[in-house]
Amino acid sequence: MLLELEEVHVSYGPIAALRGISLTVEEGEIVTLIGANGAGKSTTLNTVSGLLHPRSGRIRFRGAEIQRLSPQEVVARGITQVPEGRRVFAEMSVEENLLLGAYQRRDGAGVQRDLAAVYERFPVLYERRRQSAGTLSGGEQQMLAIGRALMARPTLLLMDEPSMGLSPILVQQVFEIIRQINAQGTTILLVEQNAHMALKVAHRGYVLETGRIALEGAAAELTASEQVRSAYLGGA
Amino acid sequence: MTAILQQIVNGLSLGSIYALIALGYTMVYGIIKLINFAHGDIYMVGAYVAFFAVTLLSMNLGVALLLAMLAAALTGVLIERIAYRPLRNAPRIAALITAIGVSFILENGGILVLKPDPRAFPDPIRWRQIRLMGGSLVLSTQDLFIVGVTVAMMLLLVYFVQRTRTGRAMRAVAYDMQAAALMGVDVNRTIAVTFAVGSALAAVAGVLVGLYYNRIDPLMGLVPGLKAFIAAVLGGIGSIPGAMLGGYLLGVIEALVGGTQFSLFRDAVSFALLILILLVRPAGLLGRNVREKV
Repeated sequence: MLLELEEVHVSYGPIAALRGISLTVEEGEIVTLIGANGAGKSTTLNTVSGLLHPRSGRIRFRGAEIQRLSPQEVVARGITQVPEGRRVFAEMSVEENLLLGAYQRRDGAGVQRDLAAVYERFPVLYERRRQSAGTLSGGEQQMLAIGRALMARPTLLLMDEPSMGLSPILVQQVFEIIRQINAQGTTILLVEQNAHMALKVAHRGYVLETGRIALEGAAAELTASEQVRSAYLGGA
Repeated sequence: MTAILQQIVNGLSLGSIYALIALGYTMVYGIIKLINFAHGDIYMVGAYVAFFAVTLLSMNLGVALLLAMLAAALTGVLIERIAYRPLRNAPRIAALITAIGVSFILENGGILVLKPDPRAFPDPIRWRQIRLMGGSLVLSTQDLFIVGVTVAMMLLLVYFVQRTRTGRAMRAVAYDMQAAALMGVDVNRTIAVTFAVGSALAAVAGVLVGLYYNRIDPLMGLVPGLKAFIAAVLGGIGSIPGAMLGGYLLGVIEALVGGTQFSLFRDAVSFALLILILLVRPAGLLGRNVREKV
């Protein structure tokens, strides 16, 4: 098991955001967390990333507990996040953003190779490498945020709403990229509001409702489930 | 005409000192949105360390300067660690009041330990006067030295911030602390480095002002600290080029006013200038419009 959450409780002050989440991610999988706004999807990712710490419960990565680690220690273990809303450093150049993704790496040659690989995957980033990230379109910024996360060479990639605010064509593209990254050996935990697309690309999924896991199963099972269809896939 | 030129030249030394202090204000503000009111007192610490290094330890000025920078950097890091870091997520006003408190501690602690009397800062260098334009414009090698050291420090700083991995991390943390943490940047260490660099620059200003006025005292940081704060706001707080521009602008304006019969109004003019610029450009000359994060 690559990642395991066991009865994780997280609160913001007096408000409980996660009320005992347990989930697992196996090596090589794409696992998706779907659910309505405020269900606790982002909170789950931010807790794994070390931005938040659980009130109780355990998070294990490759068997070692990580729930008390700081964000930079979590990155050092091989978990990187593509945050919600992209969060690129708008005043810095595209290339500087990518190099920040590799902040902890000391293998200069390897970083240069991965930089070339990101540019090959996203040619538009190469064209705009000297431009400040703030001048990119929403779709390009999402590519940058994904490329930046890949620069850390993560074992596990956490993605928070990568399709948010993108046009349908770009949404297709983003999910295709997710599939490719996974096919090349990176495990992915994907948070999405676009449940339809997320379940198409994922192997397994969890449905979150107000801080609890309401439903879990293989992606195909969830897609077929009456409960998921009516609540998250717009009926039909 | 040459009289005005002469005042501008005179203003460059003072402007260098304001600019060096303003850089620390603006860097710290840029990264944690705190006006570090203790910053002027760190400049005093730098001046005293160099003073004792030269007088008691008979070091040469260059070594004394390095020692002063190191001591000031350490002081800045220590202040951040003890006084500001615990308040990082507290309301801004709490940190601001703490900064004022730290400033009082350094000033009164300085009076207690260093004695309140001014001391004569040793000046081992024999400066010369250079006469230009048929003798009507006088330039001291000391002015050249002060401006030269300042510009060298600025170039080093710009290189550090723009071209190094730590400088990149600093800009990232300043822009979005949480996103930087998600990239694996050690936010606490990056903030500590920012305090260290800003404080070291203040120490350089402290040593230069010691050479310039030949006189240091425990409260010497008070007024220049305020002026440098004005310079930083004038240029656009959070902006490094803004602090440089603001510092020199303020220095030159003070010298120009100082050369007229209104010389007693020097400080009033600087503050009036601040108010005027903020009325027209609230973000300062080179400041961007403040982007509030959601």
